[in-house]
Amino acid sequence: MKEFAYLRPTRIHDALTAAAGRDDVRYLAGGTNLVDLMKDEVYRPAVLVDVRHLPLDGVRDAPDGGLVIGATTTNSDVAAHPHVRLRYPALSQAILAGASGQLRNMATVAGNLLQRTRCGYFADPSQPCNKRAPGSGCPAIAGEHHNHAILDWSEHCAATHASDMAVALAAFDAVVHYETLDGPGIVTLADLYLPPGTTPDRETTLPAGALITAVALPGAAASRRSRYRKVRERASYAFATVSAAASLDVRDGRVHDVRIALGGVAARPWRARHAEAVLAQQAATTEHFRAAARAELEAARPLRGNAYKVALAENLITAVLDDLAASHDGSAAPYDTQEGSR
Amino acid sequence: MKIPAPQHSGAVGVARPRLEAPDKVAGKARYAADAAVPGSAFGYVVTAPVARGRVRHIDSEAVRGMPGVVGVLDHRNAPRLNPEAGNFFGPDGSLRLLQDDAIPYAGRPVALVVAETFEQARTAAAALRIDYATATHDTGFAADHPSARPASTAFGPDAEIGDVEAELAASAVIVDERYRTPEQHGAAMEPHSATAWWEDGRLQVLDCNQGPFTMAMTLAVLLRLDPAQVRIRAEHVGGGFGSKSMLGPHLVLAAMATTVLDRPVRVTLTRAQVFQTVAMRPATEQRLRIGADTDGRLRALHHEAAFAGSPIAEYVENCPEPSKVLYAAPAIRTRLTTVPLDILPPYSVRGPGLTPGSFALESAMDEVAERLGMDPVDVRLRNEPAAGPVTGLPFRGRNLAACLHEGARRFAWHTRDHRPRRRREGGLLIGTGMAATCFSTGALPSSATITAETDGTYTVAIGASDIGTGARTALTAIAADALDVGPERIRLRIADSDLGLAWAAGGSRGTTSWAWAITMAAAELRAAAPATRPFTVSADTSEAFAALPYAERHAYSAVFTQVAVDPATGEIRVRRLLGVFAVGRIVNPLLARSQAVGGLITGLSTALHEDGTRDRVTGRNANPDFAGYHIAAHADVPGIEAHFVPDHDPDDPSGIKGIGEIGTVGTAAAIANAVWHATGTRQRTLPLRLDRVLEPGRTEGDLPVR
Ligand SMILES: Cc1cc2nc3c(=O)[nH]c(=O)nc-3n(C[C@H](O)[C@H](O)[C@H](O)COP(=O)(O)OP(=O)(O)OC[C@H]3O[C@@H](n4cnc5c(N)ncnc54)[C@H](O)[C@@H]3O)c2cc1C
Ligand code: SF4
Repeated sequence: MKEFAYLRPTRIHDALTAAAGRDDVRYLAGGTNLVDLMKDEVYRPAVLVDVRHLPLDGVRDAPDGGLVIGATTTNSDVAAHPHVRLRYPALSQAILAGASGQLRNMATVAGNLLQRTRCGYFADPSQPCNKRAPGSGCPAIAGEHHNHAILDWSEHCAATHASDMAVALAAFDAVVHYETLDGPGIVTLADLYLPPGTTPDRETTLPAGALITAVALPGAAASRRSRYRKVRERASYAFATVSAAASLDVRDGRVHDVRIALGGVAARPWRARHAEAVLAQQAATTEHFRAAARAELEAARPLRGNAYKVALAENLITAVLDDLAASHDGSAAPYDTQEGSR
Repeated sequence: MKIPAPQHSGAVGVARPRLEAPDKVAGKARYAADAAVPGSAFGYVVTAPVARGRVRHIDSEAVRGMPGVVGVLDHRNAPRLNPEAGNFFGPDGSLRLLQDDAIPYAGRPVALVVAETFEQARTAAAALRIDYATATHDTGFAADHPSARPASTAFGPDAEIGDVEAELAASAVIVDERYRTPEQHGAAMEPHSATAWWEDGRLQVLDCNQGPFTMAMTLAVLLRLDPAQVRIRAEHVGGGFGSKSMLGPHLVLAAMATTVLDRPVRVTLTRAQVFQTVAMRPATEQRLRIGADTDGRLRALHHEAAFAGSPIAEYVENCPEPSKVLYAAPAIRTRLTTVPLDILPPYSVRGPGLTPGSFALESAMDEVAERLGMDPVDVRLRNEPAAGPVTGLPFRGRNLAACLHEGARRFAWHTRDHRPRRRREGGLLIGTGMAATCFSTGALPSSATITAETDGTYTVAIGASDIGTGARTALTAIAADALDVGPERIRLRIADSDLGLAWAAGGSRGTTSWAWAITMAAAELRAAAPATRPFTVSADTSEAFAALPYAERHAYSAVFTQVAVDPATGEIRVRRLLGVFAVGRIVNPLLARSQAVGGLITGLSTALHEDGTRDRVTGRNANPDFAGYHIAAHADVPGIEAHFVPDHDPDDPSGIKGIGEIGTVGTAAAIANAVWHATGTRQRTLPLRLDRVLEPGRTEGDLPVR
């Protein structure tokens, strides 16, 4: 690991100034991803700017009935927050389905959004990887890609985004707030991440040196009836194979409002807008849920070794919507925030 | 000599926690990488990224001037090693590090960068420029690979009893299926570390291994030293699972570096390097052909196994072993094939041979029961042999039937509907399954020394090793009973090659071997009835071992399990796992249970998770860390039950058999059989990954159950 300087500003402006105009400065939050990548020499920053002493911690109510979550709030605190559990149960479930208790106590909201892919080649500088070393190639496509993307990947990169939390945020139309020396900015979660295209090393639309300050969740009735279900290769402590966050509002047996987002299938949390459109005002039945899932996954282009993800995503969307529909007639608890593993 | 009668003052059979547990919990126990050896430098291993080729150039000069760098070892300046040195199976090329420019597998150490601190060594290693000439490699294992050849017969010849084809032709039902298991790693929590230095003409090593004596002997051969010049200690070892049963690359490199640099050198592997440079269980492909009569009696049992190997070291993954032991049949044939590839030479990992072998055999036996419409327990009971099915030798304590009966009773097996896919809970399919298994046991030559001290205590010295199993605690009880004193009067010294000939903690034979030597020394001490103290006696079991009658010596178990399968996602959750064991006399019920439960958990991991994958293009390990190489997490482990039936080995002075690995062995087949019972689909490839189990187009709403 390369030696680095460590700064611990208490004012946002100082943090921004330290990072401005330099590409060898990184913000340090919980460090659970950053420090690992530094040990592996994927990152070799000259300066770390610790953001945990900035006034960015905590969850507060927004006037529209939504929530504003400070960037340095820990994953554990967000998951446990009573308003999150009540109004956005899928967000709480998604966070609790990720990592381990120890990691969630350290990990922050902004750090979670900006964590890097778990593609094994990315973390190993002795191998080529377009995301880490642009132009060096993508060994995953011909090599090991059991857990890679099925949607919107390019021949330059087929990595997935690893966050569970971001999948729930995508379903709830979250908005990311940031600061730069030029002033504040916002970007919706849907627009935060870039498709890999020819530049998989560029992952977000944030301006250089931007400091994420908060994530805002708009108020929405449907979000109260939401679920996150994560499928993974063991019962806990594994990244998603495929995951789904969904909310469903059924009125008179018809879909009044539905939001679906998938994890583990693309370089960003995948908002299933096509499935949502197909379901609008349809009867809330298993057949319609499955048809909507199929419509969404028509665009899927699996690699040699991950076609199972298409079938899995289809089943998962159907199962989660079925679950939510069933909870409408009181047969299941809508606000269950347990880590939904079975 | 005549084996002395055992003494029983009452320490054996009592549940006692591990003697070193308080030290471990308090962080006081020192593992190999914890010991502070004054003046140590630190070596960082540089490994080859290509699976086959040559080192063309190493620019070591460029890093010699980097901060803290003490030296760089590569094939140009490393000490010459003895090509005869090897492991249990003969000369082993994976020990001959830095001898030439050849790269026989990806991950091969090609240099060691030594610096004042680990971090400096690591930084310099990252800067070391190496130019490779790449050759075409082959790491793609298949049983019908053109390089396949008969395996070594180190564990005995293939079986050939009766006429397999004729018996198959006469059979009412025939199962003929192929089973596949992946590469698997020991995955011990403690990464490998060794510190070596020269002191008064002796090479001193602090290592983590499963048998300091055998390691010291091998190292002496490798370095062409007098065995008396080598001393290896391994006081506390954070798990081995076979991965510390051979001389590790960290130790070989540390020994060479201290010899060249003339100061203590510590080499600790990173987690990725443990996966890449420490031998793994090879991938296997097996074919089972079983013919049976309508009453469940076997007519023919044909077990062919192929496993991946290496051209630079011999190894035997003895998959057919259970097919030579478990069931009577007029015709038994086994074949064992190895496929040399450009991979790290494999070696023993957790129940070698039997873990993949029993997965194949016991899955196939379940298929026999299915085709006959019989209870799988009954099929096994129907085929109990009176003597070794292949050898004709007598069994020493064969209590498989007792395990089956006791397990079936505790599991309420008689209530089972044997037809598949009949039970569901919401969207989940529920099934139960079982498997029987065996594990070869017995003692191997060891020696022990006991000193009766003036204060009435006894110092018992034996080159045993405690890799976290509780060997220290078990041997203290053995010694106490053998000397007929309380365990508080025993001072046990272990884990030091200077303590003399001793078998390793391997093959589930550690406690058996060491206990015998201690019992023998204690008997001699008591016979001598010393009038003055201190008084020392030594005993060596080599002769007694050689005089043992040939016999079939095995431990047995029956494993029962219930699983829930979500066909929509392919997720399998084990709900209940019950093992009943016949493993000889139980020295310490608490530790025995821990071993059995731990074994069942690693068996569960084998069934559901462990999957050493390779990049098909580069031939490199594709998941060399614990985020990629999954072992069971807590949430995967259900309440586990382990029970013991009365058992003992009549030829062993303490009646012990051996308990380490049998817990792992039968579990994968039991779980796979339960998944069939739940879903109606046979899973013949490990692990039972969700993509293999998932049913496209099915969720709870449209889940057909027959
Ligand atoms: C063993 C393990 C298992 C895991 N399992 C899961 C899992 O199952 N599901 C899951 O979703 N995640 C999982 N994770 C990932 C974990 O969630 C992330 O590591 C964590 O959320 C990152 O947060 P952090 O605060 O530690 O970020 P850091 O590691 O400190 O930073 C990550 C990145 O974010 C940047 N950053 C941090 N704060 C800001 C800010 N305010 N503005 C701009 N940039 C910023 C940093 O510069 C850095 O590039 C796992 C991690 C580990 C180590
Ligand atoms: S998939 Fe992306 S991250 Fe993985 S190796 Fe290819 S370019 Fe790198």
